Amino acid sequence: MNKTIRRVLLTLTMIYSISGLAATPAKENADTTLALSEIIVTAQRPQTEVIPAQKLSGEELQRLNSNSVADALRYFSGVQVKDYGGVGGIKTVNIRSMGTNHTGVVYDGIELGNAQNGQIDLGQFSLDNIEAISMYNGQKSDILQPARDFGSAGTIYLRTKTPEFAPRESYHARATMRFGSFDLINPSALLELRLSSHVNASLSAEWVNSSGKYKFRYRRVNPAGEIAYDTTAVRQNGDINATRIECNLNGNLQNGEWHFKAYNYNSERGVPGAIVNNVWRRGERIWDNNSFTQGSYTGTFGNFTTLNNVKYSFYRTHYVNNDDKQIKVDNLYKQREIYFSTANELMLKRWWRVSVSYDFLWNTLNADMYDFARPDRFTNMVSAATAVSFNRFKAQASILGTFIHDKLRGKQAPDDKHVFTPAVYLNFQPARTRDFQLRAFYKRSFRMPTFNDLYYADMGNSKLNPERVTQYNFGVVYSHTSRGFLSEGRISADAYYNRVSDKIVAYPKGQQFRWTMLNLGLVDIRGVDVSGLITLNPARELYLTLRGQYTFQRAIDVTNPADNYYRDQIPYIPRHSGSAVVNATWRQWNLNYSFIYVGSRYNQQENIRYNYTQPWYTSDISVSRDFTINRVNLRALLEVNNLLSQDYDVILNYPMPKRNWRVTLMVNI
Amino acid sequence: MTMRTIIPYLLLISLVSAFFSGCREEEVVMPAEYETIPDPADPDTRIQGMYILNEGNMGSNKCTIDYYDFLTGIYARNFYSERNPDVIKELGDVGNDIAVYGSKLYAVINCSHKVEVMDARSGRRIGQVDIPNCRYISFHEGNAYVSSYVGPVLVDPEAPKGAVYRVDTLSLAITGRVSVGYQPEEMAISENKLYVANSGGYRPPLYDNTISVIDLDDFKQVRQITAEINMHRICLDNQGKLWVTSRGDRQTHPSCLLVLSDEHEKGTMELTDKLPVPCSNIALHGDRLYYLSSELSDYTGTTTVSYGVIDTRTKEVISTNFITDGTDREIKMPYGLAIHPETGDIYLTDAKNYVSSGTLYCFSPDGKKKWSIRTGDIPASICFLPKLPTPLKVK
Repeated sequence: MNKTIRRVLLTLTMIYSISGLAATPAKENADTTLALSEIIVTAQRPQTEVIPAQKLSGEELQRLNSNSVADALRYFSGVQVKDYGGVGGIKTVNIRSMGTNHTGVVYDGIELGNAQNGQIDLGQFSLDNIEAISMYNGQKSDILQPARDFGSAGTIYLRTKTPEFAPRESYHARATMRFGSFDLINPSALLELRLSSHVNASLSAEWVNSSGKYKFRYRRVNPAGEIAYDTTAVRQNGDINATRIECNLNGNLQNGEWHFKAYNYNSERGVPGAIVNNVWRRGERIWDNNSFTQGSYTGTFGNFTTLNNVKYSFYRTHYVNNDDKQIKVDNLYKQREIYFSTANELMLKRWWRVSVSYDFLWNTLNADMYDFARPDRFTNMVSAATAVSFNRFKAQASILGTFIHDKLRGKQAPDDKHVFTPAVYLNFQPARTRDFQLRAFYKRSFRMPTFNDLYYADMGNSKLNPERVTQYNFGVVYSHTSRGFLSEGRISADAYYNRVSDKIVAYPKGQQFRWTMLNLGLVDIRGVDVSGLITLNPARELYLTLRGQYTFQRAIDVTNPADNYYRDQIPYIPRHSGSAVVNATWRQWNLNYSFIYVGSRYNQQENIRYNYTQPWYTSDISVSRDFTINRVNLRALLEVNNLLSQDYDVILNYPMPKRNWRVTLMVNI
Repeated sequence: MTMRTIIPYLLLISLVSAFFSGCREEEVVMPAEYETIPDPADPDTRIQGMYILNEGNMGSNKCTIDYYDFLTGIYARNFYSERNPDVIKELGDVGNDIAVYGSKLYAVINCSHKVEVMDARSGRRIGQVDIPNCRYISFHEGNAYVSSYVGPVLVDPEAPKGAVYRVDTLSLAITGRVSVGYQPEEMAISENKLYVANSGGYRPPLYDNTISVIDLDDFKQVRQITAEINMHRICLDNQGKLWVTSRGDRQTHPSCLLVLSDEHEKGTMELTDKLPVPCSNIALHGDRLYYLSSELSDYTGTTTVSYGVIDTRTKEVISTNFITDGTDREIKMPYGLAIHPETGDIYLTDAKNYVSSGTLYCFSPDGKKKWSIRTGDIPASICFLPKLPTPLKVK
């Protein structure tokens, strides 16, 4: 076997050995290899995207010791994850310091929405059936996409597995059992069926149960170095019981394809809350029942391609505070969303394409609260985009118009909003070799104030304007693939300047209800993201992959020189952060080591000693072995997280788990 | 080496060096910060100093106490951890009230559900009294009375009434508990009766509108005086009248100031006046009632602030700006208010945006700024520490 074939097979093993695409890792099937190489090319040299995404997929994603999508996103540069700890703890992401509400999350082609608070809890999305996570700064620079996808300041795309069958295969089945620390029990199953030559289906189900109990430790020493206090306690009320059921139908047509999905996530969670003096347990609980169905159709007719999406979602959230030391709260929130999108692209010349998209979105929120405004929001979005692609130069320009109309029950709704946001993406290859590329983008975007910002009881302020972001980015990429010791290398560096204006902040007002929301805030963000990847082949059958990522961010508040935090770094944004992953594959064995570093931060606006939060860094390690018994593929995986048992808080007073472990057994038929 | 082999190594080196330049250190007990304020006090003063309780934003566990010593001029910021390094998770979450009684300092820590008891001179911890959702503290004849949002579940388990707890100040034991109205706030004592301002602030639109009257002999609620919705502050002036603030509901009931008195000398307090003065905080000094009012307009987003004085004898507003030198323009969110019992100096705190350090201002009685200093987050409650009597010299 020559080296090239071996590398292809290895990559094949890396990406698809457990996904059921290849019955056995070493099976030499022409179709599979072909399909595979196609996918790799798409991933690394996108034909349509001007600036490619940061991406984790397949085997690499599975081996990253991640419980959820949020955990995996810690390996992307420019991303800060807010993690309140534990299996059920809320996890949100903030791209390039612009704020969680500016991050769009797209699940199999359609953006997830939360008009109530604008934040997607990525802790709810398990990696069990996620095939790839991609993150784009600004937007995905592809012009055939829904208008809504042109809207966010940064976008994360989650893609689930799509069944692919070899000839004569009619089904794949996979069963997984995970258990581990925090009394975790997490079985899941995936069934893929070939219904006809053009239609296939998949059904994925998962159950997560965990007590959420873990030990954490707080320790202080006095200036003389003697222990002032050192206490270890068990995190309480962090339990979770959740199910996820997802059903997909995929079909091929003569000129295109269609997809249909039905999704339900149902959970009961304790909200562990902040650990403060004299309070070690709280009584808040949340029940979430989130469902959506979505469908899409893509068709190509000569030079014309159309992409159409529809979605209906219903989110029901029940929040109860049972703490007998606090005032009882029992609220039920119901959110509905209807979404329709049509995106159409015309190829005018081989090098020139144009597109027009139109989206309609209706959101409503109801709650059984006193004096609740029950808002309805109608959003119309129209985008126009064009892309040119030459041999060494690619460019794309788009403009998005967003028109928002809110309606309130029994109250005067705020004025309609309309915002136009442009974006320009460029990619230039200065030399004849494709190894070295320069890229740049400029983008403006905004986020609408959420229903909570505008209408929440006494706190909301219906006079709010959209919060705006302007981004400038310039970057270089160098990548090289060769035979021999260093089989693949890639390094990229991006420098960026972002400005957030009219930032929506909570602001005190007199009297009892002390907060309100105001457009008061100006943040100036300068940063550098560097990431690199090296694949080495030091010996026969031994492959080493090293992946590193470093982010520098200076994100300062420049709202008002009279503030005592003027030009101070904004809360929870470290100046330095990064990660490193080493992965070794030898025959059926795989060893993964990952290290995450988040530098010192301030937990409030003022950069003073009282608000200082220490850096944290964790080492995670995993070992896996694949087995094949008859025609059944098995995998056993052992993960140890926070190997050195560091006691740290990501968010002040929300302690994170000490050393913890997880075992996974997976069977593929 | 060629360029492309160097790059990965450079990357690695830069990553490794970045990581090790910022390692964790041992978490050290938060030290106090000391500053000196050049404002010499009269050596014969009976007031030694003052304590400032900084609430800290909810969930931050950043309640702190500052101390200003009038005689030495030393301002000690956040001294609690330094004096009590072994208290796990420090002072606590959201301080609400502070007071000196006898030789002890009491801090009511709302979200830590406790009253922290310290030695009033050294700041060292003596103990704590666990009272759920405690709000304010008053003292009478060796007992502390602490209002609490949650009392025993009696009528409606979904909306428990509040309570007042009685604490023996020697043993620090809870010796009694009496159910009052919804979400009780401040208390005042007159003629052996405790008057409790009930708010019902968590129950809009069903605010409470009563003042509970508790007989302190048998510790029972004897009356409820119907006054105005959503009451908060209450204090007793030197003519025996009660001054009570109502927060209103910001719609049909604007915030106002109420007066209760025993006009007909029947031995019972009755509501006599309702003054259209919106106030968030009040402080008495002789016949002068100082008040703060800050109300945010929903539409313009600007706060209208006034700093007024009322003559408690005539109940007339005699000044609408007790700050006379224009310093009020610097103040973002007036919050705590206290008047020096001897000098009449006005102490006013600015809570700013509630999530950053506040400022303590000192104004002379004629409204001129004497000094200002940085405090902890949300400086709120202020109390004075009396000077120890000079021991008699024995021959």
